[in-house]
Amino acid sequence: MKDLHQQFNTQELTPINAPFFTCKEKKKGEDRRAKLCESIEESIKRSGLQDGMTISFHHAFRGGDLLINNVMNVIAKMGFKNLTLASSSLASVNDPVIEHIKNGVVTQIYTSGLRSKLGEAISKGLMEKPVQIHSHGGRVHLIQSGELKIDVAFLGVPVCDAFGNANGYSGRSKCGSLGYAMIDAQHAEYVIVLTESLEEYPNVPASLHQDQVDAVVLVDEVGDPSKIGAGETRMTTNPKELLLASHTAKLIEHSGLFKEGFSIQTGTGGASLATTVFLSEKMEEKGIHASFGLGGITGTMVYMLKRGLIKTLLDVQSFDEFAAKSLGENKNHIEISANEYANPSSKGAAIKQLDIVVLSALEVDLDFNVNVITGSKGFLRGASGGHSDTAAEAKLSIIVAPLTRGRLPTVTKRVNTIVTPGSTVDVVITDQGIAVNPKNVELKARLKKAGLQIVEMQELYDRAIALCGEPAEIKYADKVVAVIRYRDGSIIDVVRQLA
Amino acid sequence: MKPKLRRSMLFVPGSNTGMVCNAFIYKPDTVMFDLEDSVALSEKDSARMMVFHALQHFTYKDIETAVRVNPLDTPFGLLDLEAVIRAGVDIVRLPKTDTVEDVLDMEREIERIEIKIGSPKKTMLLAAIESALGVVNAVDIARSSTRMMGIALGAEDFVRDLHTQRTKEGHELMAARNQILLAARAAKIGAFDSIFSDVKDKEGFMHEVDLIKGLGFDGKSLINPNQIPWLHSAFAPSQKNINWAIEVLEAAKDAKERGLGVISLDGKMVDAPVILRAEWIMDLARASGVLGEEQ
Repeated sequence: MKDLHQQFNTQELTPINAPFFTCKEKKKGEDRRAKLCESIEESIKRSGLQDGMTISFHHAFRGGDLLINNVMNVIAKMGFKNLTLASSSLASVNDPVIEHIKNGVVTQIYTSGLRSKLGEAISKGLMEKPVQIHSHGGRVHLIQSGELKIDVAFLGVPVCDAFGNANGYSGRSKCGSLGYAMIDAQHAEYVIVLTESLEEYPNVPASLHQDQVDAVVLVDEVGDPSKIGAGETRMTTNPKELLLASHTAKLIEHSGLFKEGFSIQTGTGGASLATTVFLSEKMEEKGIHASFGLGGITGTMVYMLKRGLIKTLLDVQSFDEFAAKSLGENKNHIEISANEYANPSSKGAAIKQLDIVVLSALEVDLDFNVNVITGSKGFLRGASGGHSDTAAEAKLSIIVAPLTRGRLPTVTKRVNTIVTPGSTVDVVITDQGIAVNPKNVELKARLKKAGLQIVEMQELYDRAIALCGEPAEIKYADKVVAVIRYRDGSIIDVVRQLA
Repeated sequence: MKPKLRRSMLFVPGSNTGMVCNAFIYKPDTVMFDLEDSVALSEKDSARMMVFHALQHFTYKDIETAVRVNPLDTPFGLLDLEAVIRAGVDIVRLPKTDTVEDVLDMEREIERIEIKIGSPKKTMLLAAIESALGVVNAVDIARSSTRMMGIALGAEDFVRDLHTQRTKEGHELMAARNQILLAARAAKIGAFDSIFSDVKDKEGFMHEVDLIKGLGFDGKSLINPNQIPWLHSAFAPSQKNINWAIEVLEAAKDAKERGLGVISLDGKMVDAPVILRAEWIMDLARASGVLGEEQ
């Protein structure tokens, strides 16, 4: 031995004693199911969770999520306090978090979105510390930069094996892509997978991997499959949505980017879905194919993939059951993580290869700034999502919104809250005209030539005000209830408590 | 004078606030607010008030407006007229028109109101032919007033009067359509076809549009904004026609610049009606969105 140490010039190498010498009493293979926990409570005990730590969830079950509420109830019952809740986003179904805030279980929140009663309560000053609102790409950046350090991740999945290999495209509560959960699995100190069914090892191909997972819990249900889908999955018959969609498809057709190999991202909702349908018709007519479709993937995008109109789908989140199912079946439907999707500091975010993105808005202002987080009464009621990420990187970012909603103007002098800066927005499409960002001189000329109704943003604003009247100003107090973080972590705006 | 494009007349129930507020965004050639059959008795007053305001709103300044009023023998007809003439409506659509007297009665009231309020405007009339009697009298109805800008077929009531129902093929309407068209053309006014009520059946709709366009109708009444782009695309001129029109207009311009009276194109004489036809095709092309701003 001495010779060896001298030869290698080290004291650190240890000679073999016997197989399994560090745990001699164990037999081979005895711990193959050691990650399995009897209950959520047991997994929390094993994780070493303590007061003041940060816990995380993913939001792929959206409105059908049952897990966040269930786990939070167990955590509250176990007496933990002062936790930071870092879910990739929060949906209306997560209103019970209000109680956990009141009881001091949760004292800080990081999320992409806040809605419903939770959003209202926070807007009224429920929390001491302001909520940190991040984009999908920005969340990964906050985690990697060390600001958001996740201690314990609770990741719900429909299917997993006892060793931690999990996916979202099979089983009962299919959520499809686990693109957001992948980040937590990579970075959290302790990773607990909660699954609806246990499959035989190895459950592959896996989205969350065995070498990332510390504990596995079999639970009755993680989601309500009927509520997982986001919005409409059928073609809308709403005339206004169809009108907006036909304007959008026509604009894309004449944008200069509509050529073989282009790439596109669209969101959910009637107008978005109809846009892809109209665009498909134009693609078939002109024999144009898209190289990839990105982001939240819908059934219509899957339809385009099957028809050969899109070659590849890069899916960070599956918006409906068709997308969730396709992810498991079609080899050209690829699951990507939020880091591969949109992180500004990633070595390779797909949005940097993106040509066209179609986005929505609650409000747009004269400088093209977009608000997707606070409603007309000043409440938090939306999500940052991939909005600012895609707008910043796509060659053409298109905002689509009706000029008025009921008696509310969508185009305002100054948005309530800036989520996406106007400098990254190229075009705003409304039912009463299309405004092109003045920096896009060539695009504006091109669209005019194509016969689209191009107007100045000021004209849209004047029209909206003439129709609705000037809205009364929202009265805010001084206290900041939410900080809007831009994708690079900087603060782009704050939301104040309602007076 | 070039005729105005009237391919699409969108029916908007006067009591439907959302539709009254939004109909203009779909850019039909004419918006037709209805105060008659689509408005419940209990809402006749409020619908009239809403339409009165809509007609004067800036959003409807660039679009031709029509209102279907209630018959004069109801308690609402005259009140409707008093309101819509004051609000400056372009066209009054007569409810069921069976005889020339129906037109003259309405004309008399309109004239009276126009004089009373000192309106310089001459409100136009559009007669709806909805019965066998109306079809038989169509020629006289079409020629009954200088205000008459067109006659329209109301097929739903008409087929009831005929003791039959509408079919996809439309044989039951053939006689009425032809009669209305002949009457309109003889009087040099517009001819407009009836609504197509199954708003989801695009194929059936397009089939009917092809038929009535082939017969010679100017356009059609519509009940759903989604039918507007379908209709307009069917009425869009072909690229061949557009190319022809461009050549004619260029030849005309060239002749005018050179002070020539007679123009010929490919050996054929181009006279005023041909130039009008070419201008009409270009208007249609522009309105159908098949041309850019530059052309």
